[in-house]
Amino acid sequence: MWAFIHKLGSPKWFYGISAKLQPWFWAAAALLIVTGSLWGLAFAPADYQQGNSFRIIYVHVPAAFLAQSIFIAMAVSGLVFMVWKIKVADMAAAVMAPLGAAMTFVALFSGAVWGVPTWGTWWMWDARLTSMLILLFLYLGVIALRGAFTSRDSASRAASVLAMVGVINIPIIKYSVDWWYTLHQPASFTLTSRPAMPTEMWLPLVIMVLGFYCFFIALTLMRTRSEILRREANKHWVQELVAGQVVKVPAEEAR
Amino acid sequence: MAFDSFSEFLAMGGHAPYVWSAWGVTALLLLATVWHARAEQRQLIKGLKRRARRANSARGNAQ
Amino acid sequence: MHSSLHGASNSGSSQSSETAQQVSAVPLREHNGGLMTAVKATLVRDLTLLLRRRGEVLNPLVFFALVITLFPIAISPDPELLAVIAPGLLWVAALLAALLSLDSLFRSDYDDGSLEQLLLAPQPLAALSLAKVAVHWLLTGLPLALMAPILGIMLALPAGSYAVLALSLALGTASLSLIGAIGAALTVGLARGGVLLSLLVLPLYIPVLIFGAGAVQAAIFGEGVSAHLAILGALLAASLMLAPWAIAASLRISING
Repeated sequence: MWAFIHKLGSPKWFYGISAKLQPWFWAAAALLIVTGSLWGLAFAPADYQQGNSFRIIYVHVPAAFLAQSIFIAMAVSGLVFMVWKIKVADMAAAVMAPLGAAMTFVALFSGAVWGVPTWGTWWMWDARLTSMLILLFLYLGVIALRGAFTSRDSASRAASVLAMVGVINIPIIKYSVDWWYTLHQPASFTLTSRPAMPTEMWLPLVIMVLGFYCFFIALTLMRTRSEILRREANKHWVQELVAGQVVKVPAEEAR
Repeated sequence: MAFDSFSEFLAMGGHAPYVWSAWGVTALLLLATVWHARAEQRQLIKGLKRRARRANSARGNAQ
Repeated sequence: MHSSLHGASNSGSSQSSETAQQVSAVPLREHNGGLMTAVKATLVRDLTLLLRRRGEVLNPLVFFALVITLFPIAISPDPELLAVIAPGLLWVAALLAALLSLDSLFRSDYDDGSLEQLLLAPQPLAALSLAKVAVHWLLTGLPLALMAPILGIMLALPAGSYAVLALSLALGTASLSLIGAIGAALTVGLARGGVLLSLLVLPLYIPVLIFGAGAVQAAIFGEGVSAHLAILGALLAASLMLAPWAIAASLRISING
């Protein structure tokens, strides 16, 4: 167990194993997202209440799921980095943050656009949208804090602490915002919570969610590899890798 | 199939601007992140190779 | 100011070295005594220092009053309208005033090196930083809470909610000080940490704001406020348990990095 953790922590080992894993996740992501998109856009029936604007759910919900999951993943990586000093965990956390912020933005944008046909306005202080907005600020805080330090080690540790503090607060923020919303808007209905969605509606949603998760894993692997090269550029194994032309052409790896 | 024709599919029952802008922005952001990650990787590898070549030639000059 | 500071910390360390000698005789009890002595020394030292720099204590209060003055000017002097928005305004303004004072929480100690001494102390840093936060709350949060009812009168806050306003602010600002201290500790080593600090801390303030302002609003509508105050108390208990460790870890990062 310990040997495994430390092996996983070795950037060299991670660089090798991620090269093997990466194509599978890219393929799965592409397959799932294309299938889910076609199904969700063209084949799923229109909603009886919202009509076709309901199809925004297939990007809004996966993005919102991912936005929350990435923050948790980032905090877990931070914890692993702080406890076991595993540098790869911090590199992963560093590359996750911008993607998490991007996903939060997607969730916010699609929610706002969805609001126009549903509520007749671009922005409602809806519970989900409000928590998403706060989550975006949390992401921006982590990214800004990491960028503010000149020493990389301090930046990593500070970002890890903030991610952990944030992840403890996310459920508290979520529940308090939900509570606040039900207090102030008792009669209106939220975008996505509805009784008993038929199978042909939620199955593409599940596919899209899985596809987004695969995309997240694939992109994180890829960018962590870049981060390894950046931080370990002076290490012997990287220079050997480059000298021996073992480094593959990126175009092949990205597929 | 929820639509009878392709033009109906594009019209999204009158909700076209909302559905397509939400989907478009999502697709654009996903593709942009992939593009950015690839560009980043290429640039890094290019820089590393350049460094290795320079180190080699420096060693060659010294000999 | 510096001599007083070193005097205070010297007395603290001489006390702890005295106790260290007694530790060999009666290990367990005296160790606790050492911690209490150190916490007390930190409390006294910080209180003394802050009371000498009265400006730093008064600034948040003046800021609070000023912001509250801006709203009737910007919106309308109509008492009925003001009464509706008063709970939220008072809470947001108090929150911003508390935020304003955070940057100086560790700043001067960081600049003159006494924060490093705190890190080197044999007592747990979490307890010592908790003492510092307690002083911060005593001289910022509590005065803000006491001052809020006066500003409430000026905003035509409906009767019956004044006590709840002060109580919710007193409870809430304690959580705010604890959470904010994490951000202050993370940014104390940075040259321009002020703006970053508010970005880090404000999102974490939202639950406290929701239940704090909610308590005042519930009091106005004549509903029960005990649920709100209980949740504020729960938030405070949770931050009391967790925040000191995060503050200590953050201070270590800022000092050693």
